[in-house]
Amino acid sequence: MREAAQRMIGPFRGILFEGPDNSSDAGEREVPAFFSDLNLDQVIESITSGRDEYNLKPFFYAPLNSLQAISYRHEILQDLEGKALFEHVGSFARKMRAMREHLAQAAKLYYKYEKEAWFLDAAEIYCEAVCSLAHDLTRGDLESRGLLAFRQYLTDYAQSDLFTSLLAETKTLKNRLAEVRYCLEILGTRVRVSKYDSQLDYSVDVEATFEKFKQGAAKDYRVKFSTWVNMNHVEARIAELVAQLYPEVFLTLDSYCDRHRNYLDATVGAFDREVQFYVAYLEYLKRFKAVGLTVCYPEVCEESKEVFAKDAFDVALANKLVTEKSPIVCNDFHLKDPERIFVVTGPNQGGKTTFARTFGQLHYLASLGCPVPGSEARLFLFDQLFTHFEKEEDLKNLSGKLQDDLVRIHEILDQATANSIVIMNESLTSTTLRDALFLGRKVLEQLIRLNLLCVFVTFVDELASLSDTTVSMVSTVVPENPVLRTYKLVRKPADGLAYAAAVAEKYGLTYQLLKKRIRGRVGS
Amino acid sequence: MKVFLLHKGRDFDWQGKLPPVEKALTQDLELNILLDAMARGDRFLLDVAKKVVLSSLKDPEEIRYRQQVLGDCLRQSAIVREIYEIAVEAIETEKKVWLGLFSQSPDAILHRSLDLLQLLIGVLKKLRHIADEHAARFESEGFAVFFAMLAKELDDEYFLEMAAHLRQLRFRDGILISAGLAKGLKGTHYLLHKVPKLTWLQRVSLVMDRSAYTFRIAERDETGARMLGELKDRGTNLVANALAQSTDHIKSFFTMLRSEVGFYLGCLNLHEQLAQKAEPTCFPLPGALGTLALSFHGLYDVSLALRVQQRVVGNDVAADHKSLVMITGANQGGKSTFLRSVGLAQLMMQCGMFVPANAFSSSVSEGIFTHFKREEDATMKSGKLDEELSRMNDIADNITANCVLLCNESFASTNEREGSEIARQIIRALLEASVKVFFVTHLFDLAQGFYVQQMDDTLFLRADRQPDGQRTFRLIEGEPLPTSYGEDVYKRIFGGVPAE
Repeated sequence: MREAAQRMIGPFRGILFEGPDNSSDAGEREVPAFFSDLNLDQVIESITSGRDEYNLKPFFYAPLNSLQAISYRHEILQDLEGKALFEHVGSFARKMRAMREHLAQAAKLYYKYEKEAWFLDAAEIYCEAVCSLAHDLTRGDLESRGLLAFRQYLTDYAQSDLFTSLLAETKTLKNRLAEVRYCLEILGTRVRVSKYDSQLDYSVDVEATFEKFKQGAAKDYRVKFSTWVNMNHVEARIAELVAQLYPEVFLTLDSYCDRHRNYLDATVGAFDREVQFYVAYLEYLKRFKAVGLTVCYPEVCEESKEVFAKDAFDVALANKLVTEKSPIVCNDFHLKDPERIFVVTGPNQGGKTTFARTFGQLHYLASLGCPVPGSEARLFLFDQLFTHFEKEEDLKNLSGKLQDDLVRIHEILDQATANSIVIMNESLTSTTLRDALFLGRKVLEQLIRLNLLCVFVTFVDELASLSDTTVSMVSTVVPENPVLRTYKLVRKPADGLAYAAAVAEKYGLTYQLLKKRIRGRVGS
Repeated sequence: MKVFLLHKGRDFDWQGKLPPVEKALTQDLELNILLDAMARGDRFLLDVAKKVVLSSLKDPEEIRYRQQVLGDCLRQSAIVREIYEIAVEAIETEKKVWLGLFSQSPDAILHRSLDLLQLLIGVLKKLRHIADEHAARFESEGFAVFFAMLAKELDDEYFLEMAAHLRQLRFRDGILISAGLAKGLKGTHYLLHKVPKLTWLQRVSLVMDRSAYTFRIAERDETGARMLGELKDRGTNLVANALAQSTDHIKSFFTMLRSEVGFYLGCLNLHEQLAQKAEPTCFPLPGALGTLALSFHGLYDVSLALRVQQRVVGNDVAADHKSLVMITGANQGGKSTFLRSVGLAQLMMQCGMFVPANAFSSSVSEGIFTHFKREEDATMKSGKLDEELSRMNDIADNITANCVLLCNESFASTNEREGSEIARQIIRALLEASVKVFFVTHLFDLAQGFYVQQMDDTLFLRADRQPDGQRTFRLIEGEPLPTSYGEDVYKRIFGGVPAE
């Protein structure tokens, strides 16, 4: 069994990508254009928050383009969902962080010996981090190709001469430094530094002498000294003299620092950063699981466009609602051939935009090889994702809003292929109903011809029944009280009820209510 | 000493609250472009401009007071800029006199105050000099009172008096302190006195005086010297306090001067920039509250003019006795720009500025409100219609009779039928409450609905469009038309309607 497992393991290339060259360009990635429309910018911000040092965002800007790459990540994530392993990786990360802080401190310092001492401590923490992780990984049950390969790599490394000698030297040197003691004799402006010679603690004598006067608690006259991390020039001068008293130890320290300048193994360092992609994501999902929401590993398809999801939700919105302790509404969707396009209509504030975002987020997160919000899902591996959401008018842009919308939509239609996903949210609304109908129909017809997956949110009901490849989804309200929205979207024909007047009443903005409000104020 | 250049006989209330809808107003009218042009990168001027522009005057008389002061400023800009520089110099004297980190003793406060005062008196002299030289060239009531105040308060005698104090407090002739006796015969109620000027003969006789004794602290006695210093500190404590307070008072006068003149300086800055582009400006004729006056000639959007290179298109409208102005027509036809130009001109008029037009007259309003179409709420809390209604709700909380409301494509976020219905109800309620409404809309149903009523107090404007589809960016009087020409734009971008 063990042999079989070992045969499976290829050489370790990185925890994010199985192949050798996939990772090289990830560093330069820019934020995808659709991020803010889908609120994925907020999602990635939340996921990576507190992890700036790892620079994880580029990884989240790089969707995968093969099923193989996606399953590589799924396996690793499933391993990491084991509580013990997750803890071990967390502990490793904390040590590596402490190590970096020590190195940063060493770099900031001025005097030679203090720099060296901070460096030695950094190396000690590194040794500890490597040893513990190597130990912890052998105890865990690993299934993923990625982590099995890494375990092999780390075990080999921990047993290599390079590492074992670093470890041994570090320990010896730390012990010897701990044994050094010295004395200072200060007379006027003169300070004498000497070796320690087993002199007794005089303060103990003093305390003993006055012990008999002690009468319980007394006022604390101790002065709090500022604790500076760095040495002042006096301390530095003393350190130099101590070094001369114990030349052997300090020469060893000098040479240690010189020889182990580059002690950090590049592969271990890369693992430390890249594994945070998974850790951050799993950490992020916990808040949803805690309130009873489910996430799942989606089935990702390259051929079939019969996508579906159950109990899906908008993670950006859910994240906000969880903090506010508000309930979260989940939605289902599915497409059966030849269906390609969801045309979403219905009352405002009914969850139309949220539905559009959910569809986009699910597909994007799936393309990162991550679990998606929902209890079950089959999603499509897209080549490109486009969004067009209603934007605010801007004085800088004098060419007019409708024109901008059309220019942008034209670009999208030019670039999109049958394997793309397009999400349009209330595009082309900055005009009359007649124009909106004319333009909406033109654009939708072209989307249909492209045979791509699409969510098309509109208030123009007539667009919902344009072709047998479109599916009408309608946001719904509570029947007894039309002001209450369920935030549920269902497959049914568009019914033209937008309930806008009910919302106006909610804000006291009907003719009767508004008149009363203004008149009431004049009276008061 | 008061400045009184912004109000006749009273200070401007710099702590006053800005209108409750200030943020929306600023955003919708692109007010920051105007304020930035006034400030020219100066944060202080920006704050001043923002406060004054947003604190609208309601009385035409008060507006005319400022217009006259501003008229003087435009004619005598070099002198006004000089007055501003003087105020800045006075305020910045503080930076020149350094207060040691640990020297919070009366002695240190006293000496710092003396140094500051010396500088401030120099600045005051400059100001007085300007009053002497140039007061005659100013015509406005505001400046006449201001210069008269300077001549009266800062006369020669007063400068001599200040100089005498400064000399005395340097203690070059010693320090004279009196004190009462407290418990244990320790000193208390220390007071400082002037050292009398003595003639040579008086000095000699003082030495012979048997009722006074003299002792010395040894040269090396550092502790003794410190004690003596403390006594002096006790003695000078009150006077140091008084002196420090005086410098603060003088500085606050200059701060007030800087702020009030700063507003006019902002106006000068703006005027220069518009003059460079040869854009016209004029002083508006403010009409009394509630008279429904509005007519203008060549009114343009000042924020737009400041942003683009070329001259901008102005509009002519005669809308006296109109309480609803409904604007429809072509996309990109200049409707939003027109709406902003009306709002900005009204704001500028009501803070006493010139307006961007060849001629402009309007009745003053109780307040200006805007309701412009916005980008979707990034916090996801509400849908678009909800967000629009929520902002209208804020407006309804604050709007009163004789206010002006500018709506730009409000309620386009739901379908045309329902958007029209919501808007119709709101407009009706507002008009009946004597609110003046400007409404830019694509909602044909809404616009047409008002048009067929043929009400006398409604004016319909339309973004002009020539038969070939070209826009003139000029608004003309005209009834709403049932399309907004989206087809034109579509054809231009998609290169003709694709074959079905």
